[in-house]
Amino acid sequence: MRPLTDEETKTMFEKLSKYIGENIRLLIDRPDGTYCFRLHNDRVYYMSERILKLATNISRDKLVSVGTCFGKFTKTQKFRLHITALDFLAPYAKFKVWVKPGSEQSFLYGNHIMKSGLGRITENTAQYQGVVVYSMADVPLGFGVAAKTTQECRMVDPMSIVVFHQADIGEYIRSEDTLT
Amino acid sequence: MGRKLDPTVKVKRGPGRKARKQKGAETELSKFLVDDDGPKKLSSRSRKRAIKRAQVTKEPKQEEKSKKGFSDENSKWLKPTQRKRKIEQSEEDEDSDSQWEEEDDDDEEGFGKKEMEEEEDDDDEDMVDDYGADEGDEQDSDGEELLPIERAARKQKKQIRKKPGSDDDEDEEEEDDDDEEDEKDDLKEDEEEEEDTVQANFDETETFKLPAAADRAKEGLLQMDLQTIHQRIRDNVDVLSHFSEKREEGKERSEYLSLLRSDLCTYYSYNEFLISKLMDIFPVSELIDFLEANEIQRPVTIRTNTLKTRRRDLAQALINRGVNLDPLGKWSKVGLVIYDSSVPIGATPEYLSGQYMLQGASSFLPVMALSPQEGESVLDMSAAPGGKTTYMAQLMRNTGMIVANDANADRLKSVVGNIHRLGVTNAVICNYDGRQFPKVMGGFDRVLLDAPCSGTGVISKDPGVKTGKDEADVLRSAHLQKELILSAIDSVNADSPTGGYLVYCTCSIMVEENEWVVDYALKKRNVKLVPTGLDFGKEGFIRFKERRFHPSLKLSRRFYPHSQNMDGFFVAKLKKLSNTIPTAPRETEDEVESTKTETAASSEQIQKPESKQQKPASTPEKSNMGKKQKLKPEKSETPIITKKAGVKSENKKSDGPKKAKIAKLDGETSKKSAKPNKKQKVKELNGDSTKEVVIEKKKGSQFEKNNKTKRKNLLKKNKNRMGKNKFKKLKNMVGQ
Repeated sequence: MRPLTDEETKTMFEKLSKYIGENIRLLIDRPDGTYCFRLHNDRVYYMSERILKLATNISRDKLVSVGTCFGKFTKTQKFRLHITALDFLAPYAKFKVWVKPGSEQSFLYGNHIMKSGLGRITENTAQYQGVVVYSMADVPLGFGVAAKTTQECRMVDPMSIVVFHQADIGEYIRSEDTLT
Repeated sequence: MGRKLDPTVKVKRGPGRKARKQKGAETELSKFLVDDDGPKKLSSRSRKRAIKRAQVTKEPKQEEKSKKGFSDENSKWLKPTQRKRKIEQSEEDEDSDSQWEEEDDDDEEGFGKKEMEEEEDDDDEDMVDDYGADEGDEQDSDGEELLPIERAARKQKKQIRKKPGSDDDEDEEEEDDDDEEDEKDDLKEDEEEEEDTVQANFDETETFKLPAAADRAKEGLLQMDLQTIHQRIRDNVDVLSHFSEKREEGKERSEYLSLLRSDLCTYYSYNEFLISKLMDIFPVSELIDFLEANEIQRPVTIRTNTLKTRRRDLAQALINRGVNLDPLGKWSKVGLVIYDSSVPIGATPEYLSGQYMLQGASSFLPVMALSPQEGESVLDMSAAPGGKTTYMAQLMRNTGMIVANDANADRLKSVVGNIHRLGVTNAVICNYDGRQFPKVMGGFDRVLLDAPCSGTGVISKDPGVKTGKDEADVLRSAHLQKELILSAIDSVNADSPTGGYLVYCTCSIMVEENEWVVDYALKKRNVKLVPTGLDFGKEGFIRFKERRFHPSLKLSRRFYPHSQNMDGFFVAKLKKLSNTIPTAPRETEDEVESTKTETAASSEQIQKPESKQQKPASTPEKSNMGKKQKLKPEKSETPIITKKAGVKSENKKSDGPKKAKIAKLDGETSKKSAKPNKKQKVKELNGDSTKEVVIEKKKGSQFEKNNKTKRKNLLKKNKNRMGKNKFKKLKNMVGQ
């Protein structure tokens, strides 16, 4: 387990800011203690300093997970955000998309969201903006990338894709193995 | 304005445009339907008509009956074929069952139609055996060839009717061959099934007969059908429950038991080993309940994740999805039991967003017993698949830290998944063998050990256990569990301000894996059992077959599928009293018990002088006791003279050092006079440190415990780690 290098930190924060903007510092300075990111086996883990101290006792090959995994770095050093980060990103999300109950299941299976399934969308969403997808009951379902701006969404036909799927909570069942 | 409707003026409305059609339907129907409504006021004519109607319906029946004999005039020369057949049958019956020969004939001819009726009715009853009980069928059967089942049924009817006279027959039967006996047993069994009224009489007179050994060997070759075996099991259990009344003369209880054992193995598909073990644990009637309960699944239960939602809201959301559920019980605030569901309960959006977790009801119990507090550090030694870990995290509200360990790397993936899904942030997951634990990390406030076991409590989930487990498996599990529990105890920090607890649990009902392991831990480490806080469930065993366990094992709890309707489980909560490890080998159980037994407020005083006398003669071993003596004055207790006899009776060994040791114990444990000492402390003989080592099995009160820890802490403050030269340091302390 090691701290992130500068480049890694930069890459990761860029990715995160696509979803939560400048609220990243809220992740680090929390009222209940200092939290930090650490890298272990190419995965980025977010944990409080207390846990960090405890985890240093465990040898590298035996350590499986610490705190919450945010995502991993691919071989080419790109950062891929995992669904496990949803709980932390959802409260700070800047742009949100609500999906209708009928298309909820479809999104949870890994499909993109079409105009017909779109319930609400935050104003002024730019194209290719990172969004957090919610159900109509305000339950966070996953992440996505807006395929169209809010304006365009209004005008486009019902069968066109408005949000690209990135991660959804259905992955807890579909790809449990890739979580670690 | 419209016409005003005046309710007082009743305008009689005649038939409208469509009235005729409707009336017509009614009249047509009334032709078919007999008006059976209550007393309708009938004129004389209508009464006559009603009577005629009734007669008409009776007549067909009569005709049916007389069909058997045709019309009255023709009955003499024209007999229906069925009747002949009946007579033939009865003749056949007579051939096979000699006893009932004449009686059959008499009945057959004497009863006549009535018999027919009865048999028709009886056929109806027979039809309980999955043949439709239709009038039509009945008539068909009468008119045509009787089905073999009906023939057999009729035969049995006769037997039942002859029952009062058949007791004598039964006695005669006893001299018959075993084969016939079995047959008759079968017949009787079938009869029993048919008529309850007969059953009552039957039980009083029927004695369950053990088949002879030769016959049993034969059975091995014959395929005995399960129905028969089941009946035999029931009868056998009945006999065993009222053995003195129902036993056969000359047959030993062990014979009945061995028959029962083999029947149970066959019927429920267990291996001999497991059935014998279960027969040791349960009384016979409870054993049947247990085996039956293992055949069916326990209800599906879920646990609300209070980090994300409340039980009420979750229940509402699931009900809206079409799930039929209920709260789990009074004992749980977060459990819900699912009766049925139109959606897969493991794939709802609520599940995926981490609002609940699928978890067996019995898995709630160890975490409830452990009750981790906020801010503590907790170790879960055998965490997969993570249900208990996440429950602990939710009880701790994501504060403190949890280390979730499992030896199996594949199963750890599910732990990771569940932890992330349920939003647990204070967990570290690692993949060690549990036995390595105190080396990796120690000093936890609480530890949960859900030890890998033989799984005899979860047979309903995994029927392979029925045949797959044998003696070696159980002992291997027990050995591993003993190692694990010692490691777990060593990982607990006894001096933790809020904790110092270990919960040991297994999903097994075997005594070797449960009470024996806990008893082993009590002997090997300074721990004691404390109440689990679970007010239901059966108490653990204090003795089992030839083994005797510490009496405090009563505080542990056992749960069974047939009594608590959850998977078989065992939970024991231990409190660690001191961080030192007693290295003195406990040679015998007696010795251990003597040190553990309660002492009334010290007879130590009386023993003190004895030990003091022994002191000068002390060998290096006993030097510690000298220390103990010196420590005594530190305590500002007023010595209480108690019954010497009492203590002496408790101390089975009167060897010098041991006596002194016990004296030490007494001295050190005596608290404020009034309270009876429940704890004894034993100073380390070889003392790595001179910290007080408290061995305890006891029912110490909380107050006393606190006193002890206070005293311990005091002492600890005084002495740091004592080196080899304990005498000096002690002298210094005493000098204070």
